Amino acid sequence: MPVNTLTFATCYHCGTSCAETEWKIDDKQFCCAGCQSVYQILNSNNLCSYYQFNNAPGQSTPDQHTHFDYLDEPSIIQKLVDFMDKDLTVMTVYIPAIHCSSCIWLLEHLHKLNKAVISSRIDFLKKEVTISFRHTELSLRQLVELLASINYEPLISSQDVVKEKKNSVNRNLILKIAVAGFCMGNVMLFSFPEYFGISSLEQQYKHLFGWLNLAFAIPVTFYCGRDYFFSAWAGLKNKLINLDAPLALIIAVLFLRTAFEVILQKGPGFTDTLSGLVFLLLLGQWVKQRTYYHLSFERDYRSYFPVAVTVIREEGEKALPINELVVGDRILIRNNEIIPADSILMKNEGYVDFSFVTGESVPVKKVMGEIIYAGGRQIGTMIELEVVKPVSQSYLTRLWNNETFNIPDNKIQNFNDRIARYFSAVVFVLAFGSAFYWMWFDDGARAWSAFTAVLIVACPCVLALSTPFTLSAVLAIFDRNRFYLKNTDVVEQLARIDTLVFDKTGTISSADASDFEFFGNLTKQQQILLASLTANSTHPHSREIRKRLAVTKKLSVASYREIVGQGIAGTVEGHTLKLGSSEFIGNSLAGNTLASSVHLEIDGQYLGYFRVKQQWRNGLRQMLAALRSGFNFHVISGDNAGDSAILSELFPADTTISFNQSPQNKLDYITTLQQSGNKVMMLGDGLNDAGALKKSDLGVAVTDNINNFTPGSDAILDGTSLRKLPQFISQSKDAIQTIRMSFAIAASYNLIGVYFAVQGTLSPLTAAVLMPVSTITIISFTSICTHYFARKNKLK
Amino acid sequence: MNIIYFLIGCSILMALVFLAAFIWSVKNGQHDDMHTPAIRMLFEDDKPTEDDV
Repeated sequence: MPVNTLTFATCYHCGTSCAETEWKIDDKQFCCAGCQSVYQILNSNNLCSYYQFNNAPGQSTPDQHTHFDYLDEPSIIQKLVDFMDKDLTVMTVYIPAIHCSSCIWLLEHLHKLNKAVISSRIDFLKKEVTISFRHTELSLRQLVELLASINYEPLISSQDVVKEKKNSVNRNLILKIAVAGFCMGNVMLFSFPEYFGISSLEQQYKHLFGWLNLAFAIPVTFYCGRDYFFSAWAGLKNKLINLDAPLALIIAVLFLRTAFEVILQKGPGFTDTLSGLVFLLLLGQWVKQRTYYHLSFERDYRSYFPVAVTVIREEGEKALPINELVVGDRILIRNNEIIPADSILMKNEGYVDFSFVTGESVPVKKVMGEIIYAGGRQIGTMIELEVVKPVSQSYLTRLWNNETFNIPDNKIQNFNDRIARYFSAVVFVLAFGSAFYWMWFDDGARAWSAFTAVLIVACPCVLALSTPFTLSAVLAIFDRNRFYLKNTDVVEQLARIDTLVFDKTGTISSADASDFEFFGNLTKQQQILLASLTANSTHPHSREIRKRLAVTKKLSVASYREIVGQGIAGTVEGHTLKLGSSEFIGNSLAGNTLASSVHLEIDGQYLGYFRVKQQWRNGLRQMLAALRSGFNFHVISGDNAGDSAILSELFPADTTISFNQSPQNKLDYITTLQQSGNKVMMLGDGLNDAGALKKSDLGVAVTDNINNFTPGSDAILDGTSLRKLPQFISQSKDAIQTIRMSFAIAASYNLIGVYFAVQGTLSPLTAAVLMPVSTITIISFTSICTHYFARKNKLK
Repeated sequence: MNIIYFLIGCSILMALVFLAAFIWSVKNGQHDDMHTPAIRMLFEDDKPTEDDV
């Protein structure tokens, strides 16, 4: 009997710890055939510098063989490429595996792997590669297969993530800031002589400077500031005064008064205030526009679904874009492909993994004639299905066509917009009041200057600035704690939440099979047999079992076989071992209904089963205790009531816990809560929560790996940070408090200004000094406050 | 003191050139990706292999 000592090594390619096995070349150990073949490809192309920049930079993708036949369809190619002519194609693809500098290096040296690639460039934060290649020598499909062969398989889905992100880069805003900054700098320069007083000798320059300033005011008003006019006008058309309305008015008044003074040679005008104001406002907008390149909050079912599916027609197999599928089509789903539409299983047995949909990763067995809902991933053999509903009308996808989503968002109106109305009213009363007052005394010129001065001084620019600066500081703090918000408005929504709705699997329990328990007894010898058997398999369950057994001996395995989605079997030292699902064992004793069990049989004798320990997220109990007062809890699960007892013990007594809820049930549940006046926060993870996430006032997608796909939501929360939820909520409440306080400070500055303004004696200098001083005070106040509160809430 | 007119003209013209350069760089996409070039510059050039020589 050859008994080898099992020594543990790490894979040279992906760094996974693995036993020393036959995958070994050039003294380098690999964990699987996949990693080894990548190394061989790179080695034969002189690309081994890849391994020098980082230790074990690769990623293993065990046995996932995706078929790219559909990439030969011209209509699909058309959709995917950025540019195409007779000879050259340029395409941008999203590759989730990009994670380190080695990835950049390798993917930018693609031309060494294939001469037809002309150039490739990575955008690291977005995980995108733009590749230009000669399609006469290398087809799009071959290129994608080449990428897949080095374990950088691009993610191609119906919702084009790449193209949608392109529009999010706001170059226009940057250009406007540049122009406004440029004008502001120059205007300041030409205004200095006026500030310090111009001697009679230099009077000739006064008009020059005035005209120059007016010239700079034109682009500031009509280019940089134009969005405020559009937005204010759009608001007024809907009979709504938003914050942009007073801002637009002030910009207009500043410009008109400047033009009036310069043209009639009455004074220097307010160009310095105008350009400074616009510059700061735009800066505030820019701060607000924080984007997470690596996250997407807008995903719907289309980003989970493939671009095309193989259809069996009379003339043979053909790749068809999924939105062209019609009822009655026969489709072919291979191992690891996603079923795009509700359909009936017509041939072979299916093992369908619904982890995208429910968060539950253990495959469900389906037999012929059963309906399989869209969104499942087939594991194992190829199956044939007949489509019973078109893609957009399927059980899951129908949610997105729900009419509730077409009603404009009834998300809570933010503080700024609410206050803008009162603010505008007060300013108008003051402006007209002082104008009438001076008219009464028959001082027309003074009435005009008082009227305009009040509008200038009472600028709500601090409001427009304190909110984005405070909220974006909060966003940055949340970001450090792995809580990613879609935009700054979400902070205000978070502060108003009073009801929390949790999904179960994947949200408050973690979905990954990280801890196995064994139910039964194993002798030392049996453990060695089992460890030897599992050493042959790359399945995550096998790896975990092997790690748990911690056996260092390894025996050789004869007649090993592995049936995907079912189990593994083999003969070790004359003993026959079977490890897998109860159907695989074929033993009625193993009729354990729990799907997540792995059963073991040695020499026909049933020995017990391994089960994934239900893992509640860290600190769940403390989190619920901290939130107990002031929040209503609801648990809504798509699973069976198996965990009912544990859940009712974990949650407060008045918590409503419902099981076996369909995606539509979840959505309706949220609607009912909202109708009774609750502000609902939904925490979910799978596509089955997507409707509820979207409907709720604040939808939070909880995930174990933020680079994974998450359903469309307002925020993405890393599972390990779920316990910090009470801190996040109190931080957001503190942020609203900060904004209110900064508003009080701004109001006191404005009162000083208004004192001069109503008398009609506001000098351009006072205006020009008052504005930056109040701005600086507010911005430093908000950032100090936010960081103070972050420390208080233990988020730093 | 008429030289002031000329000097102001020059200064605005120069400032405009820099503004134009910045606008060009934004439109050219140089500010779209601020992260990757910083990593890319650290890679060493490939050593010439025997076939290249």
